[in-house]
Amino acid sequence: MRPLRGSLPEALRYRGVSRRDFVKFCSSMVAALALPPRYLSVVEKALSQATRPVLVWLEFQDCAGNTESMLRSSNPTVADIVLELLSWEYHETIMAGAGKQAEAALDRVVEEHPGEYIAVVEGAIPTADGGVYCTIGGKTALEIATRVCRRAAACIAVGACAWDGGLVRSNPNPTGALGLQEAVPGLKTLVNLGGCPQNPANTAAVLVHYLTFHEMPALDQYNRPLFAYGNIIHDQCERRAHYDAGRFVEEWGDESHRKGYCLYKMGCKGPEATFNCPTVRWNDGTSWPVKSGHGCIACASHRFWDTKSPFYKRLPSVPGFGVDVTADEIGWVATGVVAGAMLAQVAGNAVRDKIRPKNTQDKASKPPDSHEA
Amino acid sequence: MARIVVDPVTRIEGHLRIEAQVDGGMVTDAWSSGTMFRGIELILRGRDPREAWIWAQRICGVCTMVHALASVNAVEDALGIEVPDNARLVRNIIAATQTIQDHVIHFYHLHALDWVDVVSALKADPAKTSQLAESISDWPLSSAKYFKGIQDRVNALVASKQLSLFGAGYWGHPAYHLPPEANLMAVAHYLEALQFQKQFIRIHAVLGGKNPHLQTFLVGGMSTALDPNEPNATINPERIDFLLQVAKTAQTFVSQVYIPDVLAVAGFYRDWFERGEGLGNFMSYGAYPQGSIKEPANFFLPRGIILNRDLSKVYPVDPANITEYVAHSWYEYEEGNEVAKHPYEGETNPKYTGPKPPFEHLEVEQKYSWLKAPRYQDKAMEVGPLARLLVAYASGQPEVKALVEGTLAKLKAPATALFSTLGRIAARALETQLLANHIVGWIQDLGNNMARGDLRIHNGEKWDPNTWPETARGFGFFEAPRGSLGHWVEIERQAIKNYQAVVPSTWNAGPRDAHGQRGAYEAALAKTPVADPERPLEMLRTIHSFDPCLACAVHVVDARGRTCVRAEA
Repeated sequence: MRPLRGSLPEALRYRGVSRRDFVKFCSSMVAALALPPRYLSVVEKALSQATRPVLVWLEFQDCAGNTESMLRSSNPTVADIVLELLSWEYHETIMAGAGKQAEAALDRVVEEHPGEYIAVVEGAIPTADGGVYCTIGGKTALEIATRVCRRAAACIAVGACAWDGGLVRSNPNPTGALGLQEAVPGLKTLVNLGGCPQNPANTAAVLVHYLTFHEMPALDQYNRPLFAYGNIIHDQCERRAHYDAGRFVEEWGDESHRKGYCLYKMGCKGPEATFNCPTVRWNDGTSWPVKSGHGCIACASHRFWDTKSPFYKRLPSVPGFGVDVTADEIGWVATGVVAGAMLAQVAGNAVRDKIRPKNTQDKASKPPDSHEA
Repeated sequence: MARIVVDPVTRIEGHLRIEAQVDGGMVTDAWSSGTMFRGIELILRGRDPREAWIWAQRICGVCTMVHALASVNAVEDALGIEVPDNARLVRNIIAATQTIQDHVIHFYHLHALDWVDVVSALKADPAKTSQLAESISDWPLSSAKYFKGIQDRVNALVASKQLSLFGAGYWGHPAYHLPPEANLMAVAHYLEALQFQKQFIRIHAVLGGKNPHLQTFLVGGMSTALDPNEPNATINPERIDFLLQVAKTAQTFVSQVYIPDVLAVAGFYRDWFERGEGLGNFMSYGAYPQGSIKEPANFFLPRGIILNRDLSKVYPVDPANITEYVAHSWYEYEEGNEVAKHPYEGETNPKYTGPKPPFEHLEVEQKYSWLKAPRYQDKAMEVGPLARLLVAYASGQPEVKALVEGTLAKLKAPATALFSTLGRIAARALETQLLANHIVGWIQDLGNNMARGDLRIHNGEKWDPNTWPETARGFGFFEAPRGSLGHWVEIERQAIKNYQAVVPSTWNAGPRDAHGQRGAYEAALAKTPVADPERPLEMLRTIHSFDPCLACAVHVVDARGRTCVRAEA
């Protein structure tokens, strides 16, 4: 990353941002990252560099849902992120340039800023048949991802498809699709932001963390940031009290459904999914699926399309569920039990082979002082 | 003679490549290619039809929800399910919200930069910009001070030498005609529209849990339980108030910003009423049921076909007449390249025969796209907002007729001017206004039903798969923001046996068929002027006027032995 230049007030004036708005933005980021308030000044300083760090956003086998989700970012707004916080130099869905000029913009970043830029990847990467299932400018997605991501300072895989191949990779995976970390192995600084789509609040927080501390927030065994993926949905759910009291929706639209009872019997996967969806919510914190009356489909879980479907099938009752159990414990209990159940349903699924907890300690990077994520 | 390649075509959804032959400063022929393939229909086989919508929705994250709606419509058709009136209303509200938001994003964030020179805004006089803005609209954000602030922001961006998303634009291109003040106003509205869309889409958050990829559809209705006396019901009087409040912001934004901007831009680019004409055949499946979905005659936007630019006659749509060719697509039919197949018989195998990447040019005489070529009675059709508006206009829908005639009078243009690049832009804006007005009524109807004690939101008679017949098949139609969308589903022993989707951008962006007939993009690009082959801005104008959505368009594939999984209650 480039060194800090100029004083904070100068930098702000330069960018046409009021001091008040800027502090508000920094405060919200400190809160999102669960940092102690004393970090406010650190974040402020880091985000007011005169030269903005460069970001490129690549789209492969995608639906652009993660791009659209980013457009819904509210605090900071997408205009602040792409125009003030970073220099957002390549993003096919929204960039001004096209064709040759677009390709040149990407080439310039890769050639002129090796080791300095952030690469965001959206969508899966097809590897079957020489990669012909996705080409851009006549080049395969695999070739582009390899070239751009290998030279990036940091990579962020947004959404289920970029993380683990997502829907595109689900059985029978017609195009040999993979997520970024498998298609381009060995990337040193990589964060996976699962979810279908990613929640822009988390993506913004990861970007801010990286710009502030020059490293990624503490990550779990899937390289997902703990601040967003460390807690079980069921434990954060506003309908949890109904579960504990045995009050369940039995039929869609029945009295229990109208009263907002628990959706467990309708197939909700909240008890075996981790994500901060219930607390961060979506679209300015307006709602999330369970609040709107439908069960969770565990869209932030590994290979969820195959491992968590059928989505309307009630989970097996898992002993040991309770408010005092930690995410890690219950995560592995649930994964084991449910994996067993799923094995019978989804024949030939090779997902479990991929589930290997690794030592999170060496991967988890910590900001200065004693921040515990 | 020059072959121009635009790849990636940006400011669209998905991966589109255009190759064009340019002679004497004009496009003489063009080829449209979708360059990405996923195979979602194959992935759907063997799964529970009740959750098909969750999967199918991921065909697209821009027009998110349109595939969910087409999917539940198809499964409900197959199983003979009628949804309660409240579910119809919630679906109409969600769909109209999608189209309004999508059209606003398209105009400001995907299309405007083809007409607006951002760098030129630096030369604008903020006071004159304020005068211009106030002369065309009552929108309050119009002071000289406000525009000065926007200009400072652009200035800071340019001075930093880091133009971010605006970095590789065609700034200074001779085809840009807006005065600096209009450019500055448009840049301000670009930023305001970013704010508007994310505020407005909260309707989807309330009724869908989130956007993109809503999560409240159900085969048989919606999961948005409603109750006038329950604070935790998804829909209650407080939420109805909230929805109304948000919906009214769309009425204001569309009438005070979007429509005046479109009229202003059109005034400076009148020659684009004569360009980008295209096929002249238009199709709409109709949308927004006012009662049963079985009665398209009562839809708010009617179903029909217009042929050869003849607005005096509207032909009916018979789903049996829809077929797809693969003569120039990277698929194989068992019977060979010459045949066309109906979606129910949608047997298809992907087989890439194009050049090995990296490549410079496609083999356009052979196969050159991952899109199939859909045809209606063997004719290529344009679909989208223009088609919907023309079908409604020609059908005599009074509200549409009045709106179209009023707008044409303002523009001092004949109805034939609508067959053009600018016609597509104008139609999209007018449709946004129509829907922004109607969505309020649908929200009120929903509130009234609830107040009357009609709380039905789901028809659960067929929820249990044991109530289903051994086999069933059905189709679901909908008008997505970009045009006619159809899903076809075949169910066998409680699982999906076959699933096919024929989507708007396949109609518009598809390649030639076995008879060499061009798709809508290919036809519309003919005679497009190209002042500078290195910067083919004019081509982008016509392509963008269709609002391409390529992820939707490419997804079709045949089954190759996937074990069926039974749906379980």
